[in-house]
Amino acid sequence: MSAPAITRLDTGHAEPVGRKGKRHYGTHIFLTVMAVIWLIPLLWTLFTALRPKADTDKYGYFSFQGSFGFENFIQAWNQGGFSRYFWNSVLITVPAVVLTLFFASLMAFAVSRFSWKFNITLLIMFTAGNLLPPQVLAAPLFEMFKHFNLPYALSDSGNLLNTYVSVIAVDTAFQIGFCTFVLSNYMKALSSDLTEAALVDGAGVWTQFWSIILPLCRPALAAMATLEVIFIYNDFFWPLLFIQSGDRLPVTTAINNLQGNFLSNYNLIAAGAMLTAIPTLVIYVLLQRHFVAGLTLGSSKG
Amino acid sequence: MSSSTKTSLAGAAAAAPAPNRRVRRLSGRDKLVLAVMVAIPTLIQLVLVWIPTLLSIGLSFTRWNGLDLADIKPAGTANYQYVAQDYPPFWPAVQHNILWLVFLAVIATPLGLLLAVLLDQKIKGSKIYQSIFFTPVMLSLALIGIIWQLFYNRDSGLLNFLLGTAGKPNAVDWFGDAGVNIWAALFAATWRHAGYVMILYLAGLKGVDPSLREAAAIDGATATQTFFRVVFPAMRPINIVIIVITLIESLRAFDIVYVINRGTNGLELISALVIQNLVGEGQVIGVGSALAVILLVISLVPITWYLARTFKKGVAE
Repeated sequence: MSAPAITRLDTGHAEPVGRKGKRHYGTHIFLTVMAVIWLIPLLWTLFTALRPKADTDKYGYFSFQGSFGFENFIQAWNQGGFSRYFWNSVLITVPAVVLTLFFASLMAFAVSRFSWKFNITLLIMFTAGNLLPPQVLAAPLFEMFKHFNLPYALSDSGNLLNTYVSVIAVDTAFQIGFCTFVLSNYMKALSSDLTEAALVDGAGVWTQFWSIILPLCRPALAAMATLEVIFIYNDFFWPLLFIQSGDRLPVTTAINNLQGNFLSNYNLIAAGAMLTAIPTLVIYVLLQRHFVAGLTLGSSKG
Repeated sequence: MSSSTKTSLAGAAAAAPAPNRRVRRLSGRDKLVLAVMVAIPTLIQLVLVWIPTLLSIGLSFTRWNGLDLADIKPAGTANYQYVAQDYPPFWPAVQHNILWLVFLAVIATPLGLLLAVLLDQKIKGSKIYQSIFFTPVMLSLALIGIIWQLFYNRDSGLLNFLLGTAGKPNAVDWFGDAGVNIWAALFAATWRHAGYVMILYLAGLKGVDPSLREAAAIDGATATQTFFRVVFPAMRPINIVIIVITLIESLRAFDIVYVINRGTNGLELISALVIQNLVGEGQVIGVGSALAVILLVISLVPITWYLARTFKKGVAE
């Protein structure tokens, strides 16, 4: 009823008859080997993280002797200041995702539901912006923020550097392009009768957007939100560039300093690495469907 | 309704876009609302993406230490000449970026496609395999650098233990040795890229009309023939996206090498050189910007190609 773009794929991919009888021994062997290779780095990190440093010193890194436990995780959490870094990640990721989705849906609505002179041009500009390597913009953005003076009451650097706002703003600007592209494709596929009827009833543009189109985009918004949380949480570069105080870094950028803080205590480094991975892995387990949907939505057109 | 998200890939491609009727019957207030809806995101995009891009181009023709705006001096093409002739890491970085691209294009992307094709068959445990191959895609590239560092470490890493060289003098320092570290980094990058490609192709394969395969089977085509002559060409839209992703990812490669050694000693990449010139002791904004512009110009080739293909259809409709 309400989701026009969607009906077709469900019918897709009926298995051709006669394929299921086949055995796939070779395929299974290959996939198992690949899966083992794929898991080794993660399992090795987990294995190292679970062993106390004293035991690895005594028995070596390649040994099952000694005890296993979560002491390294607790020590890494406290000594590495992870509560602080995770909180910084939340402070950056949540506003950036909300703003990105809000602005992108505004723009997507305006370019996809109405024809005007520059709507395609602007959409191209938005999409292109998201594809640029971030390093291309690094110097001017850094200097712009450095020379953007703020009262010291607002920022202890006296400018936009070293603030969460700088990272949120650039993350938002960079991700708007991608989300606008995806959402505009999604909105374009919604029947124009939906808003035509509202128009006849005298509903304004904002009502059409907020009460009719946006609720219909819920699946796309859920997928985009999941994807953007992961993207922005995983962003390493912008905080690296803009934030100088170590205690303001989000966790993804902060782990780069762990190796210095934990002085080649690989057990602690491994535990810290696993801690950083936990939020994304939890999202993966809970919202895998949305995440994959988001990725494939992004590649749906062209 | 939520189950429908999964279907968007083929859905969006298949559903005919609703005709955009001419704007009509819009009141003045509606026009104002629309103008604001367009203006705010466009302003953000201009100020934080496109104006900085233009400034990068401008700064690349100047000499500046990044301190006082009044110190910016015109420098003509001196920065470009310096980069091409007198800046030792530049050409290695170009080679490494090319190598990165070739490796992803020849190894990682085909591997992802192969995994997708194998997992698209009705085989037992397909979902489990998919989850395993896809897990690295969820991790940040910085974290991947650290995880692989633990694996590649000279004396405590698993790889040297498996090779039987751990703790011996002939043990290779996989991320430290300038002769091998680019390959080690590429392997780590493949670990993520292949899973990404796999998931996109799995969606693409599901979108291929099954009657195409049936027709090919009736005509007596083998599985290989069916794939290369029928299924693969039918996934053309996905193929284009994958090509663009592979190109862009190899130009954007930065986090892994920066985590390993900040992009030095065998791991030079253009993106890392940009940053090395912007931070650190002597800030050379002009040189950093010249490198950024070189990266920009190379990136614009795949970006333009992709946008032209994607939006040509859109405009025609």
